[in-house]
Amino acid sequence: MATLLRLATAGSVDDGKSTLVGRLLYDSKSVLTDQLDAVARVSRDRGLEATDLALLTDGLRAEREQGITIDVAYRYFATARRSFILADCPGHVQYTRNTVTGASTADVVVLLVDARKGLLEQTRRHLAVASLLRVPHVVVAVNKIDLVGFDEAVFADVSAQVQAAAADLGLDDVRTLPVSALDGDNVVDRSTRTPWYTGPSLLEVLEELPAGVDPVTEAFRFPVQVVLRPQDAARDPLLRDYRGYAGQIAAGVVAVGDPVVALPSGRTSTVQGIDTADGPLEVAFAPQSVTLRLADDLDIARGDLLAAAVDAPTTTQDLQATVCWLSDRPLRPGARVLVKHTTRTVQAVVREVDGRLDLDTAQLEPADALELNDIGQVRLRLASPVAAEEYVVARRTGAFLLVDAHDGMTLAAGMVGAPLSAARCPGARPVQYAI
Amino acid sequence: MSTTTTATAAPAAGRTGEQSLPPRRLTQLQTLESESVHIFREVAAEFERPVLLFSGGKDSVVMLHLALKAFWPAPVPFPVLHVDTGHNFPEVLAYRDATVDRLGLRLEVARVQDYLDDGRLRERTDGTRNPLQTLPLLDAIRDHRFDAVFGGGRRDEEKARAKERIYSLRDEFGQWDPRNQRPELWNLYNGRHAPGEHVRVFPLSNWTELDIWRYIAAERIELPALYYAHDREVFRRDGMWIAVGPHTQPREDEPVTVRRVRYRTLGDMSCTGAVESDATDVQDVVDEVAATRLTERGATRADDRLSEAAMEDRKKEGYF
Repeated sequence: MATLLRLATAGSVDDGKSTLVGRLLYDSKSVLTDQLDAVARVSRDRGLEATDLALLTDGLRAEREQGITIDVAYRYFATARRSFILADCPGHVQYTRNTVTGASTADVVVLLVDARKGLLEQTRRHLAVASLLRVPHVVVAVNKIDLVGFDEAVFADVSAQVQAAAADLGLDDVRTLPVSALDGDNVVDRSTRTPWYTGPSLLEVLEELPAGVDPVTEAFRFPVQVVLRPQDAARDPLLRDYRGYAGQIAAGVVAVGDPVVALPSGRTSTVQGIDTADGPLEVAFAPQSVTLRLADDLDIARGDLLAAAVDAPTTTQDLQATVCWLSDRPLRPGARVLVKHTTRTVQAVVREVDGRLDLDTAQLEPADALELNDIGQVRLRLASPVAAEEYVVARRTGAFLLVDAHDGMTLAAGMVGAPLSAARCPGARPVQYAI
Repeated sequence: MSTTTTATAAPAAGRTGEQSLPPRRLTQLQTLESESVHIFREVAAEFERPVLLFSGGKDSVVMLHLALKAFWPAPVPFPVLHVDTGHNFPEVLAYRDATVDRLGLRLEVARVQDYLDDGRLRERTDGTRNPLQTLPLLDAIRDHRFDAVFGGGRRDEEKARAKERIYSLRDEFGQWDPRNQRPELWNLYNGRHAPGEHVRVFPLSNWTELDIWRYIAAERIELPALYYAHDREVFRRDGMWIAVGPHTQPREDEPVTVRRVRYRTLGDMSCTGAVESDATDVQDVVDEVAATRLTERGATRADDRLSEAAMEDRKKEGYF
């Protein structure tokens, strides 16, 4: 049975990203006849010579009218070996927030670079976002290789630029390959026109990358979503005293008998049972959705975190964090916000804006406010403690949202810790990915 | 014709857990199931009055199956709502009622016919009632004060849906504003809304038609028999096979023939076409869907052919 890989695409304007996505969908036979007919008809109506594959992904009327991509579009395609969820993110710099959105769930970012232009500022920004969001893998497709005469030296030069930038940003798994999205070279099938390139095609790379983190390398983390107590509603009288904690394992592995600690209370117990509607389990792992029963009757509710007692996070009311600011109104010190972390939502105040990240230099520069699409470092004081961990170490328990308590808007994507801390602190424990 | 179901199931009936992979890796279907279960639990925990749209169609059946799994051994903590166009297939209504009875769910029905009878809505000239569902749906949401509405929409169905969030905020008029959607990061869903607003939740967002069918096969979910090949009196209209029935009569130039057909979607009888098929069981359907070259909506839904942005326009007005 196939596994699932989530990818996000990124690139600059006119680098051929929509064409590449269209090519992946078309050559993997994921575009169906009626969709292609519709796109061909619209292309003809607009007087285009050839069918514009970019129209496959531009779904909204405004996008088609303006010929731009506004919002993240999700596309689905599959090969015999794997299914893919593709978050197609708009390329323009003002849509950094969409790239952040797409990257937040991605196993791999596919980044396009125009072979004629080499590494652009926008490329560096996208690499920085991939690094900030801790996307496990980055694949850089050096596109329009046909327009530089399939020249190996050009590819080698662009690859070297990309690898140098990636190293600056603390990205250690960045792969480059030469493609022509328009003609399909090295997209699905290996090209005969790049004999000097002996590596796999883009689709072959995507089929072979490991999806997600091997849970065995992580400590067990389980945010409680709901407490299940069937009581009188239970058809089976044996279930009347049932009390189970339902949630999705955020990280790691859990087995019956494991000692766990409930946070923020700090009370400990052991796992008595792991229940699912398909029957009990002895062992469960991320990202399974299960229901845990504990040996002791602790006072546990939604928002609590069950963690491995031997390797538990600390709780805190003070967070130093990196935020991607997503709102039109700027963020200033003193702002009152809601922090949504795992299944817990708490009030908070922004104590300090420490600075704004210059994505071109990957350095923090002084700032007293953060504007739309800015990435910066802030300090938050929370009304009650959360079991937050460094995002570099734990993607799911290190991430949070800032939400406006008044109008409910999502203000920011937050990550516990300093921006690009992996790049600056080589000693930080890196996330381990299984091969 | 079977209208019963082992659907939704008995714990231990699930077979999504294929054994062939090395341990500690979920299969694609297991990953999708876990993600959907997580969404159901988030909504149940953070909203006061959720409701699940249940029509008896395959997507809503899978959605209900996942809801049962999410809360087992506790019961599903919300009712189900059906917007009945008055042109539904009788077999599907029978399936709906049998399922609701067996599971002890509370069913609310909003009837388009009531609105036609008292003049709040008027029949369209093309006879299609699908676009007429929006008003009864919004009224039911308001009258019952539902604040979260689970829908079976999938992003692979249609290009406007491809841009929809899993949590989709609707204003007090039920409208969707595609240019002002909240960014959706990690698996942290923001369901905050003002009084009078509600959130449409799509737990099947990341499932494809083929995933749905593979899951139905793996979990042995029983469906209305119309999804499988059977002989039926049909006529050709707009490139689709339309069943002869009380709401769909052939014109003079539309000869009636008996064909072996099945339905890929089950919507309003007046605008849902059948496809020719020999797929008599779930594995046949999986094979057929895997090999098809037409999308399910392109093949069988007249309502989505109205214009290039037909779905986007209906969604903005508050449609599913």
